Amino acid sequence: MKKIFSTLSVLLLIAGLTKAQEVVYPAKENKGRIYITNGTVHVGNGTVLENATIEINQSKITNIGTNITAAAGATVVDAKGKHVYPGLILPATDVGLKEIGAGVRASNDFSELGEYNSNIRSITAYNTDSRVIGVLRSNGILLANIVPAGGSVSGSSTVVQLDAWNWEDAAYNMDGGLHVSMPSFINRFGGRRGGGIPPALLAQLGISFNAPADPAKAALDKVEEIKSFFRQAKAYLQEPAHENVNLKFEALRKLFDKKQKLFVHGDQVKQMLVAIDFVKEFGFDVVIVGGSESFQIADLLKANNISVILNEQHALPATEDDDIDQPYKTPAALQKAGVLFALNDGSDNARYRNLSYNAGTAATYGLTKEQALQAITLNAAKILGIADRTGSLETGKDANIVISEGDLLDMKSSTVTDAFIQGRQVSLDNKQRQLYERYKYKYSIK
Amino acid sequence: MRKIKLLFSGLLFAALLQAQETFPVNGVADKREGCYAFTNATIVTNAQNTLNNATLVIRDGKIIAVGTTGVVIPKDAVVVDCKDKYIYPSFIDIYSDYGIAAPQRAMGGFNFNAPAQISSNTKGAYGWNQAIKPETDAAKVFSVDDAKAKSFRDIGFGAVLTHVKDGIARGTGTVVTLANQNENLVMLKEGASAHYSFNRGTSTQSYPSSMMGSIALLRQTYLDAQWYKNKPAKEGVNLSLQAWNDNQSLPQIFEAEDKWNDLRADRIAKEFGTQYIIKGGGNEYQRIKEIAGTKSAYILSLNFPQAMDVEDPNDARSVSLGDMKHWELAPTNPAAFEKANIPFCLTTADLRDARQFMTNLRKAIEMGLSETKAMEALTKTPATLLGVYDKVGSIETGKLANFLITNGPVFSEKTTILQNWIQGDKYGVKEDAWYDVKGIYNLTLNTPSGPVTYSLDVKSAAAANVIGKDTLTSKFSFDGKQVKLSFSTVPARRPSSGAPMAAGAFGGARGGAAAAQYRLSGVANGNNWNGYGEDTAGHKITWTASFVSSGTAATDSSARRRPNIPQRLSKVTFPFDGYGWEEAPKQENLLIKNATVWTNEKEGKLENADVLVKDGKIAKVGKNLTDASAKVIDATGKHVTAGIIDEHSHIAASSINEGGQSVTSEVRIADNLNPEDINIYRQLSGGVTSSHILHGSANTIGGQTQLIKLRWGANDEDLKFKGADGFIKFALGENVKRTTSTSNNRFPDTRMGVEEVLNDAFARAKDYEKALKADPKTKRDLELDALVEIMNKKRFITCHSYVQSEITAALRIGDKYGFKFNTFTHILEGYKVADKMKAQGSSASTFSDWYYYKVEVTDAIAYNAAIMHKVGLNVCINSDDAEMARRLNQEAGKVVRYGGVSEEDALKMVTLNPAKALHVDDKVGSLKAGKDADLVIWSDNPLSIYAKSEKTIVDGIVYFDREKDAEQRKKISSERFRLTQKMIGEKRSGGPVRPAEPSFQVLLSCGDHDHKDGLYTIHTEDAETLNK
Repeated sequence: MKKIFSTLSVLLLIAGLTKAQEVVYPAKENKGRIYITNGTVHVGNGTVLENATIEINQSKITNIGTNITAAAGATVVDAKGKHVYPGLILPATDVGLKEIGAGVRASNDFSELGEYNSNIRSITAYNTDSRVIGVLRSNGILLANIVPAGGSVSGSSTVVQLDAWNWEDAAYNMDGGLHVSMPSFINRFGGRRGGGIPPALLAQLGISFNAPADPAKAALDKVEEIKSFFRQAKAYLQEPAHENVNLKFEALRKLFDKKQKLFVHGDQVKQMLVAIDFVKEFGFDVVIVGGSESFQIADLLKANNISVILNEQHALPATEDDDIDQPYKTPAALQKAGVLFALNDGSDNARYRNLSYNAGTAATYGLTKEQALQAITLNAAKILGIADRTGSLETGKDANIVISEGDLLDMKSSTVTDAFIQGRQVSLDNKQRQLYERYKYKYSIK
Repeated sequence: MRKIKLLFSGLLFAALLQAQETFPVNGVADKREGCYAFTNATIVTNAQNTLNNATLVIRDGKIIAVGTTGVVIPKDAVVVDCKDKYIYPSFIDIYSDYGIAAPQRAMGGFNFNAPAQISSNTKGAYGWNQAIKPETDAAKVFSVDDAKAKSFRDIGFGAVLTHVKDGIARGTGTVVTLANQNENLVMLKEGASAHYSFNRGTSTQSYPSSMMGSIALLRQTYLDAQWYKNKPAKEGVNLSLQAWNDNQSLPQIFEAEDKWNDLRADRIAKEFGTQYIIKGGGNEYQRIKEIAGTKSAYILSLNFPQAMDVEDPNDARSVSLGDMKHWELAPTNPAAFEKANIPFCLTTADLRDARQFMTNLRKAIEMGLSETKAMEALTKTPATLLGVYDKVGSIETGKLANFLITNGPVFSEKTTILQNWIQGDKYGVKEDAWYDVKGIYNLTLNTPSGPVTYSLDVKSAAAANVIGKDTLTSKFSFDGKQVKLSFSTVPARRPSSGAPMAAGAFGGARGGAAAAQYRLSGVANGNNWNGYGEDTAGHKITWTASFVSSGTAATDSSARRRPNIPQRLSKVTFPFDGYGWEEAPKQENLLIKNATVWTNEKEGKLENADVLVKDGKIAKVGKNLTDASAKVIDATGKHVTAGIIDEHSHIAASSINEGGQSVTSEVRIADNLNPEDINIYRQLSGGVTSSHILHGSANTIGGQTQLIKLRWGANDEDLKFKGADGFIKFALGENVKRTTSTSNNRFPDTRMGVEEVLNDAFARAKDYEKALKADPKTKRDLELDALVEIMNKKRFITCHSYVQSEITAALRIGDKYGFKFNTFTHILEGYKVADKMKAQGSSASTFSDWYYYKVEVTDAIAYNAAIMHKVGLNVCINSDDAEMARRLNQEAGKVVRYGGVSEEDALKMVTLNPAKALHVDDKVGSLKAGKDADLVIWSDNPLSIYAKSEKTIVDGIVYFDREKDAEQRKKISSERFRLTQKMIGEKRSGGPVRPAEPSFQVLLSCGDHDHKDGLYTIHTEDAETLNK
């Protein structure tokens, strides 16, 4: 192995290249001032500043405007003709927990056994050296909320910044969300009419129907059980001293103290309607994750102050009769109703790298480009409780910044040239680029 | 007297009437000839012929005379007066499994994770496949089941064809009557029919696991059986093939169960020079023209869907318009057959409750089926098809005495079947209705204080009013013989709202006499009733009643009659989806003006240019074009490109993966296209005009593929891209070695084995080709035929592949056997061996930016397409995903971003390059005069995420138009509203409803990776996982 590695290094050196994946280093702390000049600055809150300059001092944005002059001796990044954005935020993901999903069980740490795992913390398994992370950075994604799965209560998520040596360095907002997974109110295997694929063929394909007779009833029973868990936890937490410590209940203290939000995973209308109970009964700050049917009850979500993370825009419409572009225009419906929402990218095939294009699609189907951008920056920061530190390019916030050659939401122009996390200019190199260089070398491609 | 006695005693001695000669008798011989004469009846001898006031004579279970005049009543005949009665031939059900034990179903199906069962579990000298069991003989496993027989008899059936409903070849059926006799005596014709289906039933063998696999297996079995006729020594004895051949002369009945399956079955029949009688699926009215084209006879179930409970709007949402429409229109199916002049039989098969049969038949008649045709479909047609019309199916001398006696026209709602005679034995159905009990009777009570007279108005066998001064509340029942009546002499104080006899209760004598309560019972002796009873004081009394008149005009039953106003019904659209056409769009001559035209030709991208479309072809591309015949479309500021061609798609098919074996080159996607997949329309909205529908990646040599054009609304045959070369799907790597399975037992398990599967298959194909040349009688092998085609460059490979080792190994197999791998699909490590692929002349069809979802794609890079392009390969970007196919233009846009390919070259990766890879670049892929008018008008630069297709045109026909789409959405919404209301109405009026059943969309895919679908979408491989 060592030999191969060194051969590779030599090749790369000959090709005038930088380094292998293992030598893509997390950037060192920024000690001075950096000026990003002459760019089209998309603030993230809807504002666009043409020809503007951003001043970074150490980890923070210290100034932004059109008449700022770079201090002598400071680093200047010329963004003339380029677009400058807040670092994108992936609001609910298994990056660093799931390395290779199919066929390699050993590389998967995203789903735990058990039904009530409130004490499970995603951050403890988060792998800062996942190969996915470098690719995300090179597509402008600088922060991610790492979410555990499994059971009805899956545990807590932590927001990380994507350029770190280990998980303690990576943590950006520790244990900010508790995740609950809603039971399904739909029988996944119902009948078919004569058209399309007939029951005989389903039988031929080996598909049988053995879902619960009344899935809605089964789901409601399950929800009641989940609520009962929270009720008992609430009671437990009112008594400071216990003979037997209950870790599952202890882990819910942050949630009841409103230092943590409740993330409810569900797509179906009834799942979301039930989630309103969590607001009414327990007073939790509730975020829906999934939300593909949220466009149907947008006003109710707004009325209950529930925010939404739309998991997948590049999805087929839910039903045959739905508008063919429904998932594309769902963000516009939420925007119109005034719901606080963020866009996500849950694609296991492209490994979440297309977040900005999901926003682009939302912009094609009803949002303005700046609204769409906000859905992957400031809105996400608000939902994740980090808007005081990031999500927009404003003085006093962390310098989490992406520079792109053109419109970041449109694939053909979205090449990222620079990225900063907390003022540190981070590497955009990754294994994909390295292999690209390697084979350009092989075929003498320029 | 004698007549009446007969009514009640028939069943008792029925079993004694006939006995077999060879069977010993325990007791005293009691041979009877069972001679009966039915007089004064209206006899419907067959659907066309009715005799009034006629006589029917039977003896020894057969009809010996029927007619109006000149019928001699034998002296030893028991005479049954059938005045006001109707006699019909008993019905015949051609599709039952009466008297056959239900096969035990063990669900299996191909599963990426489960061990395979490669060979048959059937013991004995039978064929290789467990689902092919033509040796099954229903006659040998049939046993009389009187409880089941009764349920048939009660709805008018006298004979059925029964068979074992299990497997793809199901063996022979036998015609039996529904008499309660020994099996020996009820069997009219054994070996009456041969049965087939697409469903392998209880077979646990892995192959076939798909629709196209079932079709291929049928096809190969026809060939094998043909070959077996000469008893080839190499085969030994094969009882299955022997039986198959023996069965060929019988009526061939195919259980297809769906309109498209009907057509699929018929194509097999035509290919092998036979004709099936097809058991349909009830949705044939949706494609009646194509169904008529099969020239087959059909067997139709009356299993119409029930209304759903859609009061909860959230539940309602999950039910598709197509399903709601089918609920409304399913009862029109038989009428559609009649109108199209297609012969058909009706069956009770699939009904949850046999008693639904008449109700549903009446629904069908209400929807336009004629009573004559209904009668034929239940008698003559099935009897003729089965070759038993000399025995059953009409009332004629010499035929079996199988007939019904009813009290009115048999299909009328008011009519009751009284008796069902089978083989000369009477089976009572509802004999209490023999006499029309309705009418006004004089009721006399001989009370201690003298006779009291009332008028008794009998409404039915279960309701009567006693009328004195007032109408008195009464309870009444009549069972054909016994009468029971109880009433109070004082009217009810307050009419309860639901009581039918409330009228007249007002103003009755309230004061004075104390109420007396009478409870009476007695028997009917013709029109006179006699009995005794008791009053409240305990006095025993006697009573009589005598018929006076047939009574007042019926008023009570009319309320329930449906108003006979013409119903507004859904229209049959093509496809039968919300987005289907009422009227298909037509080919137009179009002049698209002032667009940015991406020609994909040496002219490159033309600004402010025009495209002229005539007769489905591109007539001209250039500036300032004019044409008086063409409709002008102003495309200022818009972009026009050739239609997108998806090299790797799995839409529009009923099955995709035949994973039962490692080599399945005999299966063909073309055999099972599904032109009603909504994803066709959705992809049109993304500018796709052609899709290459590939077999999945479950095995090394998969099935033959089919190139289609997205002609939304066409039938399966018209969907095909005509004149295109045939292709076949191969696959390498993790999927075919079944990496995710911990218990794989199917060869191969490694890439070493995958290479040898290829090597072996082509070695066998070479030998086969040689043998075939030497001896044309060599057994045809469809699997090897396809491989021979490849070697002879008549069929071309598109090969699922990822890593450099397997790609190189495949290339070398090609070299060894003298063919090239036409296309490598997925090919995420293609960049590593692009030079080798180029040397063989292979195309590459890949994803823009997928990686790292399994081990073999750890080195996948988004720069792959760009590198291969720069090395000089013909590079395509494909979808392999029903959702992403709608955004292939954007996927091409990513190639500009990753690796800096020019915009024009990037667009070619989803248009011209796939056309080249598929050998259709002479027809499609660029905007050039003479090519097919398959093009897209985009709102923006087509590589931009902001671009939408405004119009997508195939063959000069606008199949997608964003403005029309907006109108269609409104139509869908209003039609959904109407049908939802109608279903709710059905529920509120007390009609049967079932819970809302979500209309899941089944998506098929190669089983290779994750897909993002809607809530109501099921992936077949998900289903397989869930089933475990």
